[in-house]
Amino acid sequence: MNQPHLELTNVSIEFPTPNGPFKALDNVNLKINKGEFISLIGHSGCGKSTVLNIIAGLYQATTGGVLLNNREVNKPGPERAVVFQNHSLLPWLTSYQNVELAVNTVFKGKKSKGEVHDWIEHNLKLVHMDHAMDKRPNEISGGMKQRVGIARALAMQPEVLLMDEPFGALDALTRAHLQDSVMEIHADLGNTVIMITHDVDEAVLLSDHIVMMTNGPAATAGEVMPVKLERPRNRLALAEDKDYNHYRGEVLKFLYERQRKPESVI
Amino acid sequence: MNMTFNPTGFAKGLIIPSLGILSFLLLWHVLAPKVVTSLGAIPTPVQVYSQFTHLMTEHNEQRAKAEAFYERQRVRNEKKLAKNPDADIKIRNFTGKPTFFDQIWTSLFTVMVGFLLASAIAIPIGIVTGLSQTLHAAINPLVQLFKPVSPLAWLPIVTMIVSAAYVSKDPMFSKSFIVSAVTVTLCCLWPTLINTSVGVTNISKDLINVSKVLRLGWFTHVRMIVLPSAIPMIFTGLRLSLSIAWMVLIAAEMLAQNPGLGKFVWDEFQNGSSDSLGRIIVAVLHIGLIGFLLDRMILLLQSYVSWDKSVALR
Ligand SMILES: Nc1ncnc2c1ncn2[C@@H]1O[C@H](COP(=O)(O)OP(=O)(O)OP(=O)(O)O)[C@@H](O)[C@H]1O
Ligand SMILES: [Mg+2]
Repeated sequence: MNQPHLELTNVSIEFPTPNGPFKALDNVNLKINKGEFISLIGHSGCGKSTVLNIIAGLYQATTGGVLLNNREVNKPGPERAVVFQNHSLLPWLTSYQNVELAVNTVFKGKKSKGEVHDWIEHNLKLVHMDHAMDKRPNEISGGMKQRVGIARALAMQPEVLLMDEPFGALDALTRAHLQDSVMEIHADLGNTVIMITHDVDEAVLLSDHIVMMTNGPAATAGEVMPVKLERPRNRLALAEDKDYNHYRGEVLKFLYERQRKPESVI
Repeated sequence: MNMTFNPTGFAKGLIIPSLGILSFLLLWHVLAPKVVTSLGAIPTPVQVYSQFTHLMTEHNEQRAKAEAFYERQRVRNEKKLAKNPDADIKIRNFTGKPTFFDQIWTSLFTVMVGFLLASAIAIPIGIVTGLSQTLHAAINPLVQLFKPVSPLAWLPIVTMIVSAAYVSKDPMFSKSFIVSAVTVTLCCLWPTLINTSVGVTNISKDLINVSKVLRLGWFTHVRMIVLPSAIPMIFTGLRLSLSIAWMVLIAAEMLAQNPGLGKFVWDEFQNGSSDSLGRIIVAVLHIGLIGFLLDRMILLLQSYVSWDKSVALR
């Protein structure tokens, strides 16, 4: 029996627009095993966030559907936690309170007061944010906000962690640091992770499979490439690695030869 | 807090406003005597000030009279009790003419009751209509229809309804008070309702998504996400509402002869003595000052309630 953990079958979606329906995704098929780290990569506007939103249950597929553990996904829920593209922390709550809201909702009646407190602190420590627990989002940097967003999602103990360009707006150093944290956390917890990225190096470094999306409209999963590199992975060692550079080259070829988008090549 | 002396800030904060007020007073002083009405020339600032001190003395005299009145009753009742311990003791209220300052208190109390009632109705309705498209569609036409109705049009209806519905042997509040307060409520409801609703409608889509992923319950959603996002708009509405409430109240008191500052102005106008114009101007200045202070009060409340202390409030 080899039932996939998460399965997208013939997912298509049309958005109503003033000029008639706009078909953003057409026939997306994906099978994802438990504990896998998946990257979605593709040109801007091709429909990556849309795929993620459908898995999250925030959008409904027009045709086809999503199965998680053989159950249909039709509304959002905390077992599919989302790290949003722009952190989406509640600005009136401190880092601690933002995580607390999630923990209190998800573990209502299951954890004692003390356990809740320890669990919040534990998750903030995972992303190295325990020093700024009592700061509001407007008092911390972009990278720190993103980390609190990740802590909030992790604290929900999701089966599937959905991340929409979690490191998109960060400088290279912070980004590398967070990528390492995410790899560690993934190795420890073994959640299934789906991450959207624009960054080829990031995709190869982190993923077990890279899903390369074709250009929209009516985008689809063009190719799924397995990345068979030993874990734990070390970015410095891999920089010289033959396989690593081969994978990197494959993704680049897909993006810039086969899915070349004249207006998006800057 | 910046403690260094900042000359431009000082000029903007104190000197320039003072100059504005001074030139206004000067202009008033020069021009007022040139405008002659049937009640004599418009009083100058100095004359107005002397009317203000008159009003103070009148007030103090009334106070003294009232105290004397109650003192007499107390002495009389004590005598009665000494003769017969079971005697029926009655305390009658002093029924002297309300002074200017009594009228201010009446108006302030009325406006606060009317305004609080309006807020208690408008904020919940605003939240609910902001959250539900259907309810918004149901309520919006009514809001648009009643919003422009002038207080003068509400007043007769409210008076009739209150007279018919509020019948009690020993009323806690006077009828005139209820009429004024309800008229204020009906007129100042709308800005808070509309602004709350808009504030709720404009909550960031991202935060709504967070709430959906967490599957927050309705009340938690409202308390943690809706209310904090809508606070600035709610307060914009409250400020508009309170300023309308204050204007409406004065007009309603004038028209309905209900106790308050409006009645004071109207009485003085009817009185037509040589002091009347001065006293009316004193009242007008107080109305303005109180309106300003009420607005400041809401701002203060907002800075207390609001999570973001850095927003400039003005
Ligand atoms: N709610 C919506 N209504 C109409 N069109 C939409 C909606 N959401 C997305 N689209 C369209 O679907 C397409 C895919 O959008 P999506 O946000 O998924 O792209 P993306 O791959 O995440 O882009 P980026 O990398 O820039 O974030 C775009 O053409 C977009 O205009
Ligand atoms: Mg996107």
